Amino acid sequence: MDISPIVLFWAAIFTSNVLLTNFLGMCSYLSVSREMESAFGLGVAVIFVLTITCALNWLVYYYLLVPLNIIYLQYIIFIIVIAATVQLLELIIERFVPALYYTLGIFLPLITVNCAIFGVALFMIIRNYSFIQTIAYAAGSGIGWLLAILMLAGIRLKIKDKMIPAGLQGAGISLIVTGIMALAFIGFSGIVNVQ
Amino acid sequence: MFLQILSDIGTASAVTVTLAIILVIAQRYLNDYGDCKISINQKRDVTVKGGSSLLTSLSEQQIYLASACGGRGSCGACKCKVESGGGPLLPTEKPLLSAKELQENIRLACQVKVKTDISIFIPEEIFNIRRYKTVVTEIIDYTYDIKGITFKLLEPDAVDFKAGQYMQLETQPYNKVKQKTMRAYSISSKPEDKNIIQLIIRLVPEGICTTWVHKYLKVGDEVFMTGPYGDFFIRDTDADMIYIAGGSGKAPIKSMLEHLEVVGTNRKMTYFFGARSPEDLYLTEQFKNYEQVFPDFTYVPVLSRCDDGEKWCARTGYIMPYLKEFIRDPQKTEAYMCGSPGMLDACKKELLALGVPNDKIYFDSFA
Repeated sequence: MDISPIVLFWAAIFTSNVLLTNFLGMCSYLSVSREMESAFGLGVAVIFVLTITCALNWLVYYYLLVPLNIIYLQYIIFIIVIAATVQLLELIIERFVPALYYTLGIFLPLITVNCAIFGVALFMIIRNYSFIQTIAYAAGSGIGWLLAILMLAGIRLKIKDKMIPAGLQGAGISLIVTGIMALAFIGFSGIVNVQ
Repeated sequence: MFLQILSDIGTASAVTVTLAIILVIAQRYLNDYGDCKISINQKRDVTVKGGSSLLTSLSEQQIYLASACGGRGSCGACKCKVESGGGPLLPTEKPLLSAKELQENIRLACQVKVKTDISIFIPEEIFNIRRYKTVVTEIIDYTYDIKGITFKLLEPDAVDFKAGQYMQLETQPYNKVKQKTMRAYSISSKPEDKNIIQLIIRLVPEGICTTWVHKYLKVGDEVFMTGPYGDFFIRDTDADMIYIAGGSGKAPIKSMLEHLEVVGTNRKMTYFFGARSPEDLYLTEQFKNYEQVFPDFTYVPVLSRCDDGEKWCARTGYIMPYLKEFIRDPQKTEAYMCGSPGMLDACKKELLALGVPNDKIYFDSFA
C-alpha cells in the first residue's frame, strides 16, 4: 500500500476511526466513559500503548515471524507481546514517573485486553503497512479512540440527569449514542479510504 | 512436518519465556518498595512488604476490610480513611466516593498501593473480623426454595457480632463453576450463641453461591466464612420498631428478635413479612409466639397471592398500605428493613410519607 503516513494518520482519526467504524475497544469505552477526566486518562493510555505495541509487533512480525515462517502464530505472539509490554510499561511508569502513573498508569491493565490494540496490530499486517505507516496509523487510531471516548463521556455527562427508559440506561443508551456518532463519522469516509 | 510443528512451538515458547523473564526481573527491581509501616488508628503498627494494595496488605495481617468485587475497584466496599502516605486520589476511585468522603480523605483500599509508610483509620469493629473455619451441622428446608444452614465454628471457635450483621460465605468450585466466590448473607442465629452461625439462603435461579448451597452443600462439609460485617443492627433507643423483611430477609430480623428475647425489651415492635403465597411462609410459629413473649409485638404476614379462606390471608397485596395502622408516633419510630431493592424503595417512600425520619430508616439491601 502506498499511502502517505500523514494521510494515514488523519484517516485513522476520522474516516476509519477504529472505534466508530470497526467498533473495536468497546468494553473499556463503555465502562470508563462516565467522567471526562478518566475518559481522557484512558484515551491517552490507549494512544501510548497502541503506538508502542504496534511498533514492537511490526518488528516482531517482520523480523521474527516472517523469517521463521510462523506467521500463523501471529495472534498468540501479538497478544503476548501486548500483555508483556503493558505490564512492563506500568511498572516503569509507576517507579519513575509517579505523576504520570496517577493520571494514566492505572488504566494500563484495563487496556491490555482492549481489542482495539490487537485490531490495529492485525490491520497493519493485512494492509501491508511499512514501519512508518504503522506508527502513523497506530498513533492516529489512538487519537481517534480518545476523540470517540471523550465525545461519549461528554454526551453521557449531558444526559446523566435526563429521563431515560429503565431498559436503556447505562450501556444501552451509550450504544445508541455511539451508533449515531458512527453515522456522523461515516460522513467523513468519502474523503479518503484506507480500508 | 512434525519437526516443523515442534520448532514453531519452541519459538513461540521462547518468545513467551523471554518476555516472562524480563517481566519477573522488572517486577523484582521496579516493584520493590522495601518494608513499609502501616499505622492503624495511631494505635497499632504493622510492617508489610511494599508493592501490593492496601487491601491485600491488610488481609495478610488478618485485617479484613469488606470487599465484594475482590479488589477490582468496582464495588466501593473497601473504603477507609487514609491520613497520609496514600498518594494522590486515582481516577478509578473518584466515581465511588462522595464529596464528603473525598474531603475526609476516604480512599478505596484496593486502589491505594502501599509504597511508603502509611497512616490509616478504620472502624474498631474491623479488628473483630476474622476468617472462620466452620462445619455444617444442620440444613433445614424452611420452604421449597429457602434453607436454613447451621455452621459450627471450628477455628476460631467463637464469634462476637451484633444481631443484624452479615458474614461472607466462601463457595468452593463445583460443577462448571471453577472459581471460589464470596457472597454476603445475614446471620440469623442470635449473638448469644457464640459457637454457631446460622444463615438463611434462598435459591436464586443461576445464582453461583445459592446453587452451591442448595444443591451441593451437605452436613459435615467444611466451609470458610469471614465477618461479621455491616451496620444494620438495633439502635439502643426506646423508639417503636417496624421490621420489614421478606423471603430470606427474615434472617437478620430473626437474629434481632432472638437477641431481644434474651435481653428483654418493652419497645413496641411490628414485623411485616412480605411473601407471595402461603407456601413462602416459614418460622411462622416462632414469630407468632413472640406476641406472647414480648409485651408489645405483632407479626404481620402480608401475602401478595392468597386464595380466600386460607389461614394467613388477613392482609394481601403490598405491605405499604398496612404500615400506617401500626405507627403510633412517626417521629419516635425506627424502621429496620431487609429485602429486595424494589420492596425497600417502595416501603421507604411510604415510611417517609408517613413522617418517619430518614435517618431512622435502616436497611440491608440484597443488591
